Amino acid sequence: MSNAGHDSDDMPILALGPEPSSEQLLEGYRNILLIRRFEETALYQSTQAAVHGTLHLYIGQEACAAGVCVHLNERDYVASHHRGHGHSLAKGARADRMMAELFGRVDGYCRGKGGSMHIADFSRGMLGANGIVAAGIGLAAGAALSHKQAGTDGVAVAFFGDGASTRGPFHEVANIAALWKLPLVLVCENNGYAQWVPHEQNLAVKDVYRMACAYGMPSRAVDGNDFVEVCRAAGAAVERARRGEGPSLIECKTYRIYGHSLGDMNVYRTKEDIDAWRAPDKDPLLRLESLLESNGLLDAERRDAMHAEIKQMMEEAVEFAKSSPYPEADALYEDVTEVTPVRRPAADFDAENAHE
Amino acid sequence: MSEISYRDAIRKALIDHLSVDHDAVILGEDLIPQGGSFGVHKGLDEMFPGRLLETPIAEGAIVSIALGYAMTGKTAVAEIMFGDFLTCCMDEIVNQAAKIRYMSGGQADTPLVVRAPVGLAKNIGAQHSQTFEAWFAHVPGLVVALPSTPADAGGLLATALVSRDPVLFLENKMLYPAKGEMADADYAVPFGSARVARDGDDLSVIALGRMVPIALEAAEVLADEGFSLEIVDPRTVAPLDFETIFTSVEKTSRALVVEEATAFCSVGSEIAATISECRFMSLDGPVRRLSSPHVPKPFTPPLETLAIPGRDDIVALARRMLAGQA
Repeated sequence: MSNAGHDSDDMPILALGPEPSSEQLLEGYRNILLIRRFEETALYQSTQAAVHGTLHLYIGQEACAAGVCVHLNERDYVASHHRGHGHSLAKGARADRMMAELFGRVDGYCRGKGGSMHIADFSRGMLGANGIVAAGIGLAAGAALSHKQAGTDGVAVAFFGDGASTRGPFHEVANIAALWKLPLVLVCENNGYAQWVPHEQNLAVKDVYRMACAYGMPSRAVDGNDFVEVCRAAGAAVERARRGEGPSLIECKTYRIYGHSLGDMNVYRTKEDIDAWRAPDKDPLLRLESLLESNGLLDAERRDAMHAEIKQMMEEAVEFAKSSPYPEADALYEDVTEVTPVRRPAADFDAENAHE
Repeated sequence: MSEISYRDAIRKALIDHLSVDHDAVILGEDLIPQGGSFGVHKGLDEMFPGRLLETPIAEGAIVSIALGYAMTGKTAVAEIMFGDFLTCCMDEIVNQAAKIRYMSGGQADTPLVVRAPVGLAKNIGAQHSQTFEAWFAHVPGLVVALPSTPADAGGLLATALVSRDPVLFLENKMLYPAKGEMADADYAVPFGSARVARDGDDLSVIALGRMVPIALEAAEVLADEGFSLEIVDPRTVAPLDFETIFTSVEKTSRALVVEEATAFCSVGSEIAATISECRFMSLDGPVRRLSSPHVPKPFTPPLETLAIPGRDDIVALARRMLAGQA
């Protein structure tokens, strides 16, 4: 596998794919709504001390996951970042098992041992949220390599933030993915902040998508709050990957409505800044809803039915999570390694009290 | 049985595995024309076209891509050119590979083997000479193999290649030309099974990696003086076979741990502590440790020879222990 003489002065722009079908628009709306309600429910359950630890909420960014995953099937893979609930749901993970995981319960996807930041559903090709910035990019590239070696038309998607674009793994993997023409789609969700620092202060260039140019990779920036635009760009990138033409990068310009995590006091921005992104012309849910209403795909009856269905799904998810037990103590030692894990033998003097 | 070098035993285990597992791939730097830095993969590209993936110099990406491949259920081998460069992929090994199975609640297998040559060679300086098994043995979720003979190199690698856990396979670069007997087939060696490399009654020497053949030389010297050393090679340091070590210590009542790493927070220190904790009543004297001095490896030959335990160091310390003086 070798570089075919790419001239890095080229700036290959990823073309937009076709307009989404009616089915894709409705699926996208349902997924955005599902993610929004899941996050709201998780946040409320956190205030009730039922959800443990922190949460990195995806509210405001839902169109990114929904617009990309609408093109994926169960054989395709995604790898995510800290803010991984949306990618899991859009990839088909069950809300009840996700909620049980946030509750730390045994019926959670990771049997309560992963939590929000490590949520994964391998049966759906969701390789996990990740607590290390940029780490999922290489994992997705490896999953893409798996499809390429097997000669399938499967793809992998790496979701990452603008903060990941300043780390080495992004650049190491982007180079190899382009060199090897891996069926990989790099989706940068530029939500404006790397934790608390505005991206203008972190990036030497204005746009993350321009970095793809250095690797000869087609890329483009899209309005990440517009399902239609994300969907069209992702459609083109996924099809390129399926055809064996290699990776693409999409920068979704979006906005994180809540803080980086629950402890974030939002001191680096104003309430007005945030409210501007909640407006009907910005909010990804309201924007798609408005579009669906205007083109006749969603009337009040259908809308209300969908909202009621998801409301009930959330109630059931919380009930499922509450009724699932915490793991037994034995689970502490399970799934470390398949071989017998390292255990300290009992000491000479206190065999009865040995702490293995 | 055939005589084979440590290098060729590793090569044979790779060939035998790639022949039956058609999904297995190998990623690394300089794999194809040179066969890798130490020539382990020589000719493999012709035998298995498309299975060796030559990478740029990007250790983090090598391991993360190999791991992502492994997370789809297929075996991936990553060669890191020098063990010292494992520092460039620590996140991928420690935060990702070691924890995927646990964090996912057992959803994922991670059939990943990371091979790397470790240890002092000749005059290659402080960044190409280190011995890092303790760093990885410290992390739950990793298997760490440290073969000292051709049979164990081939045998442990055969096990690593069918393991569903991430394995750090640390080869000693000075042992690549070493010759020994290995079975032609069915040569796999299980993890967590120490080997008694020499039977003896007077002193147990628990030696790691390259220190095993050096301890065997020391045992020869002391045999001429009428002392009988038992040499135990743990072979994998995670999991670690304490039972074989304890059995030896119960027999000899004295234990000396010899390792190429520096002793501070080392695997040898863990072994010494565990013997003291669990078999104190069997001991006639303190467990002793012999290791590299706590300095970076120096370049110049006169200093470099001082920076690693040698046969005579083992002989001298063993003699004092056997005389009840240490």
